[in-house]
Amino acid sequence: MSIDSETMLSNEEQKEIQHEFEHYETKQAACIEALMIVQKHRGWISDDVVKDIAAFLEMSPDEVDSVASFYNLIFRHPVGRNVIFLCDSVSCWVMGSTAIGEHIKQKLGIDYGQTTEDKRFTLLPIACLGTCDHAPAMMINRDTHRNLTPEKVDTVLEKYK
Amino acid sequence: MNKPLTKNIDPKRGPLNLKDYEKAGGYQGMEKALKEMQPGDVTKVVKDSGLRGRGGAGFPTGVKWGFVPMGDNAPHPKYLICNADEMEPGTYKDRLLMEQDPHLLVESMIVSGYAMQADIGYIFLRAEYAEAEKALRKAIAEVYGKKYLGGNILGTNWSFELYIHTSAGRYICGEETALLNALEGKRAIPRAKPPFPPVVGLFGKPTIVNNVETLCSVPHIVNNGAIWYKDLSKTDDAGTKIYGVSGKVKKPGLWELPMGTTMREIIEEHAGGMQDDVKFRGVIPGGASTDFLVEEHYDLPMDYNEVQKAGSRLGTGTMIILDDQTCPVGMVHSLEKFFARESCGFCTPCRDGLPWVEKILRALEEGEGREDDIATLEMHGKFLGPGNTFCAFAPGAVEPLQSAIKYFRDDFQRHINQKRCPWR
Ligand SMILES: Cc1cc2nc3c(=O)[nH]c(=O)nc-3n(C[C@H](O)[C@H](O)[C@H](O)COP(=O)(O)O)c2cc1C
Ligand code: SF4
Ligand code: FES
Repeated sequence: MSIDSETMLSNEEQKEIQHEFEHYETKQAACIEALMIVQKHRGWISDDVVKDIAAFLEMSPDEVDSVASFYNLIFRHPVGRNVIFLCDSVSCWVMGSTAIGEHIKQKLGIDYGQTTEDKRFTLLPIACLGTCDHAPAMMINRDTHRNLTPEKVDTVLEKYK
Repeated sequence: MNKPLTKNIDPKRGPLNLKDYEKAGGYQGMEKALKEMQPGDVTKVVKDSGLRGRGGAGFPTGVKWGFVPMGDNAPHPKYLICNADEMEPGTYKDRLLMEQDPHLLVESMIVSGYAMQADIGYIFLRAEYAEAEKALRKAIAEVYGKKYLGGNILGTNWSFELYIHTSAGRYICGEETALLNALEGKRAIPRAKPPFPPVVGLFGKPTIVNNVETLCSVPHIVNNGAIWYKDLSKTDDAGTKIYGVSGKVKKPGLWELPMGTTMREIIEEHAGGMQDDVKFRGVIPGGASTDFLVEEHYDLPMDYNEVQKAGSRLGTGTMIILDDQTCPVGMVHSLEKFFARESCGFCTPCRDGLPWVEKILRALEEGEGREDDIATLEMHGKFLGPGNTFCAFAPGAVEPLQSAIKYFRDDFQRHINQKRCPWR
């Protein structure tokens, strides 16, 4: 398949998405990958991107949006340079994740779903990160941080600019 | 060898590469299956071994494989999917297997794919498991290099491709028919059953979905036989199980033990017992969607049959402990917040009922409980029970709720009477 100059997706994005087509029976099946690929390049999925992906996969924008709005790791709003996902599931809750959450909120001056003014951090709750024997835990971007204490949170956050 | 699933695991050293994995006896299950056995023989030994699904439901694996159409007239492509979504709160066992011994899962996919004569395999992996993804991608590339994947594997006329699908979140993706929709690039809404996936699955073709831990047992069963596998267990449920304990114990972690090891042994010996300043009050035995058990169950052998007899489910075998310094209502609130958020929204009792449950529990925690709240919660337990919703998510969601009311009713009542959470 050749690069389509009609769509606003970049050549690189198109190539990466086309590579995913090989893994499925239909190209629409690569919709989630397509969204994740474009998000990797642009940070989030705008309405225009939904339309561009739809055109590229021969789907309607509504179909693509129904997918984009379903999955919690696909962002339909702009996020900061780093996204903090704090686990608020049961094992972490037992081990004190609520206090960790309060600490982060206070330190950054934001609530869940908000982004710091300097666009450095967005804070979101997330379901169990599968590391419950090291609770409480959080993930920043794709790095998992375990056995959190307020002091440890302070040190870890310093690493993300 | 009494720890087949974890024998190669040494987190300090990291996962074995292909060469070392083979040196440790790896890919012999594959050699044996492809060179000496017919596909049906592999399914038969798995059936005879008594292996049951480790994803939570405990369905006999060989029986499930037996539903796949075989022979020249069977529809193709056929698919084998490894369910590596692992989003059940309190569960972290598949992560260990994939991060620390990726070749075992790759070999398992090849052997199991051969049994059903699959053409394509997918590992459906949650995006948060970035390290597992890295380890698996490396292992798969090594194996393609050695031509254990691809066309005409080991000179047979069987070909098999293996891909990783990285998910984009949502717990419901772990439900096997929702997973199929997710793999097809759609919203992860469960499908009506029947037809069942072994007959009509991914893109309408025969599809088997199995959990990581289930699949990882298969090469060992092929290598050592059904009787060997049965003998690993302490009870009638075969094999070993990766058990875990999280919560306020001294040494939370994961251990591969004989199926049917007692709760007491797991908590006291392996998890080091409770932390010094707290006492055991109860446990959710197998991930968020299982019923609480309490002290009277401490000597229960943790296998599918026994835990079910005690009114709960073995589930994923990873226990979450409730201690006396932790509020049971708050713990259930954390669970129901998760379920309310993760409901796929397809059917009304679940989509509307769970947020209601969550609000009542929050009100109780905040001292705004009302006298009829417990009755309302119990009513939802019935509305969301088996048979009333489109999938097993909602019945699972109310298991810890109903059992918490049963065992900790006084604590619920105290929240209402005192107009506050007694633990705060
Ligand atoms: C809401 C829900 C979530 C599930 N999540 C998972 C999961 O993350 N991993 C898994 O292996 N099975 C999960 N299951 C069970 C699967 O539907 C299916 O039974 C299982 O993957 C079959 O594999 P097994 O027979 O090897 O256990 C889930 C079920 C439900 C209802
Ligand atoms: S029970 Fe819940 S998760 Fe399952 S189909 Fe209905 S709304 Fe979706
Ligand atoms: S509950 Fe937080 S990592 Fe599992």
